[in-house]
Amino acid sequence: MDLATSLWLVSPELLLTVASLFLLLLAAWGGEKSARLITILSAASLFGATFLLMILAHLPEFKDGAYAFDGLYRMDNFGSAAKFLIYLAAIIALMIAPRYFKDAGKYSPEYPVLVLFAAVGMGIMVSATDMMTLYIGLELNSLSAYVLASFLRTDERSSEAGLKYFVLGALASGMLLFGISLVYGFAGSTNFAVIGETLTGDLATGPLIGLVLVLSGLAFKISAVPFHMWTPDVYEGAPTPVTTFFASAPKVAAIAMTTRVIIDAFGGQTEAWQQIIVFVALASIILGAVAAIGQQNIKRLLAYSSINNVGFMLIGLAAGTAQGVSAMMFYLLIYTVMTLGSFICVMEMRDKDGKPLETLSSLAGMSQTRPGLAAAFAVFMFSLAGIPPLFGFWGKFLVFDAAVAAGMLPLAVIGIAASVIGAFYYIKVIKIIYFDEPSNEIAATGHKTENGLIVVLALIVSPLGYLAIPSIAPIANAAAAALF
Amino acid sequence: MNQLDFPILSLMMGLPMLAAIICLFLNAQAARLLALATTLVLFVLGVVLWANYDIGGPQWQYVERAELFGNFAWALGIDGISMMLIMLTVFLMPICIGASWEAIQERVGEYMAAFLFMEVLMIGVFAAQDIFLFYILFEAGLIPMYLIIGIWGGANRIYASYKFFLYTLLGSVVMLIAMLWMVQEAGTADIPTLLNYDFDPSAQTWLWLAFFASFAVKMPMWPVHTWLPDAHVQAPTAGSVILAGVLLKMGGYGFLRFSIPMFPEASEQFIWLVFALSMVAVVYTSLVALVQQDMKKLIAYSSVAHMAIVTLGLFAFNRQGIEGAIIVMLSHGLVSGALFLCVGVIYDRLHTREIDRYGGLSINMPKYAILFMLFTMASIGLPGTSGFVGEFLSLVGLYKVNSWVTLVATTGIILGAGYMLYLYRRVAFGELVHDDVKEMPDLSAREMALLAPIAAAVFWMGVYPESFMAPIRGDVGALVARIDRAAPEGDAHLKMGDPKAAKTQEHKAGEAH
Repeated sequence: MDLATSLWLVSPELLLTVASLFLLLLAAWGGEKSARLITILSAASLFGATFLLMILAHLPEFKDGAYAFDGLYRMDNFGSAAKFLIYLAAIIALMIAPRYFKDAGKYSPEYPVLVLFAAVGMGIMVSATDMMTLYIGLELNSLSAYVLASFLRTDERSSEAGLKYFVLGALASGMLLFGISLVYGFAGSTNFAVIGETLTGDLATGPLIGLVLVLSGLAFKISAVPFHMWTPDVYEGAPTPVTTFFASAPKVAAIAMTTRVIIDAFGGQTEAWQQIIVFVALASIILGAVAAIGQQNIKRLLAYSSINNVGFMLIGLAAGTAQGVSAMMFYLLIYTVMTLGSFICVMEMRDKDGKPLETLSSLAGMSQTRPGLAAAFAVFMFSLAGIPPLFGFWGKFLVFDAAVAAGMLPLAVIGIAASVIGAFYYIKVIKIIYFDEPSNEIAATGHKTENGLIVVLALIVSPLGYLAIPSIAPIANAAAAALF
Repeated sequence: MNQLDFPILSLMMGLPMLAAIICLFLNAQAARLLALATTLVLFVLGVVLWANYDIGGPQWQYVERAELFGNFAWALGIDGISMMLIMLTVFLMPICIGASWEAIQERVGEYMAAFLFMEVLMIGVFAAQDIFLFYILFEAGLIPMYLIIGIWGGANRIYASYKFFLYTLLGSVVMLIAMLWMVQEAGTADIPTLLNYDFDPSAQTWLWLAFFASFAVKMPMWPVHTWLPDAHVQAPTAGSVILAGVLLKMGGYGFLRFSIPMFPEASEQFIWLVFALSMVAVVYTSLVALVQQDMKKLIAYSSVAHMAIVTLGLFAFNRQGIEGAIIVMLSHGLVSGALFLCVGVIYDRLHTREIDRYGGLSINMPKYAILFMLFTMASIGLPGTSGFVGEFLSLVGLYKVNSWVTLVATTGIILGAGYMLYLYRRVAFGELVHDDVKEMPDLSAREMALLAPIAAAVFWMGVYPESFMAPIRGDVGALVARIDRAAPEGDAHLKMGDPKAAKTQEHKAGEAH
């Protein structure tokens, strides 16, 4: 494998890296005035990276994927599908940011640059086939995320969110590194394929602890129970566009990365990780549902909803089959659309002076003042609850189908029964929007970009989304097939 | 494609869907008119469906099939049973719209949209031939009903809407897992194929229980019926009509279409459970109905009792029982719908459902009193009305299987007469004591137009039930042939007290448990 091919395989990340470094310089010299230009250029470079992804994925010589840099990095359908979602979510996070930050004081050009850095990190995370590359990608993403969380540095909650995220994130990274070192010690390599070949048969205590620690570190990144405690605080404290970003792109990256580690590196140790994933999945579903019930802040509520949804995705992973991974990827797509949609709806919650509102009670009776926004919100909520005929149902349908096919009936039954608990708080939000007396707290007019995005995302989640299944399903299947 | 050469079932689902979307953007009066026009057109289409239905022809008619993705298909088609239930739906819908004409003044466009969407789903549930399509449509009904109860309901509507939503959702989700398993086992989601697939009897037990959880809640059977009185009392009149008239029938339809033909052995195995719950329901909910002070609650409890007759008839495993159960479903759809309308009529005038606030209505509202009397009698099951035909057949079928259960079930008819006549006496007879009641005007032309067609249908079904039984005869025959291998042996042939026979019958006879 020569260097040129390797560079060609990582071209999306290369493009983003060069663009972000260049834009960083531009930001340093251009100052605040250049913020708008830099945002547009960042979005353009993300589009460029997406375009490169498509080209790479369609090149016949890389049809079955290819390793770059002697097995440190792998370009395949799985990584490309995940990156496609990540870049798309990042673009949306760029589109919604300027207005919010302008209202909050000032919009600095570092925001798009940090999003780009995070996108590079996430691209590396999902394509890493070596513990070292994985860690580098993870940290690049995390460090950008810490800064993003505290982006409104004069806002107490934002700074607190950043600090909390940093401290707990560092702890998780430590656990992950310790786990990696144990696995390395017993397997003699950090390469996923070599680890997978070496660790066969019954695991000794050492590598087992290593596996558990690696999974703990990863569970933190995907905010799965019992490593979820940072999520509500960070989601609540971070500026809403940043929360939107956190709930979508990094989540996709972390879940895709976890899947690759589990299937590639520990694929032969199914019994060892399966019970952990089953536990984490069910715990996330149940805790995500129960803890959300008492929440009064919509961002906290959506944070628990994202924990809950991660649980459902892990059911697909727990099945441990290609069908399960394909279902999970499909769910990930639907989840990204739903969560982006609901957070953009939250961004629309502003009073007449443009001040953001976050309490559930401010939504009261919104259906009478903003019927369109209310309908979109209801669509996202019913969809997150997995009620047919909305598209969110299809994601749940697929993961449960995979779990049943893998013979994990108790998991499927408990998981789906717990989804009813979750339905309670989603319909509670709808009750506030539709049944309560109007509080008239929310301004009567919306923002063009946000409205447009909400319409598009709501249409995807509506039953019309089912029409897209024949074109998405092969992509999800191809992505899953790349791992097996 | 079918006898009409165009996809009439898809049209019957597409048309109200389109109208529902348009309604969202219309003002109140335009939305009312559009909804009424659409439901009337659908009624006409329903009549076309019935007129062209080939009795004695193929089991599945008007079949449409478009493969979508995976093993998922847009597959529609109806047999006689589905057709009668679709007829019930399209018959009641214009009446529901008419009943909401004046009672609903707020957010009319959204209200009409919710009802039209509901109609799409109800027709779809009865016409679906793909098990997942059925599930999606079956579950989707929660959304409009939740909004109808929650937005336009009574004082305690929030509690009722939550209870309705979560109860029915919890019942249904496990059914989805069972469906996933079945489709993987049988390799198809096609309902007609699944109907003839023999699942392993040990697996049937679990599958049956999963389906039972869903349909028992929807039906509703005792003890999971408690959502129904709350939902009925809080829902607006038209919501109650559609809930009692059609949504409850989905439970019975589910038993008929899935539980019994797909899992005959398990159904036989659980006869004792169904019989026991139904017997309790018949007696207990009738007694509860007897002491109600709220008219809607009384009728809601009477629904639970009537639905118990349906389950008893269905699980009799013979022609009379099953045909009777279907007729009870149709009849109850008409009669309970009409009774809720009758309650709605006086509720619109006095804004209370308290029985004691009325009295002597036959003096100042004679037309109302006559129609109310008719529906009361139909609910009791007086010969000549639709109620008699169904209940008589169900009980005859049941008697072939188990005399003791029949004895208990028959007390339900007596108790039914008790609570209905007691209700009627308190509302219609006696002196006019309340001044505000004295001033209540008799039925308006609009209200007459709503109740008269139902009255005609009730008589028609009571005097000449053959019109309704002819289309279902062949399908019930197919069902009985399918489940014959598991049919329980009746106790009527046995000599009582014979220890040998008693032993072999022990697990089959309901009263043993």
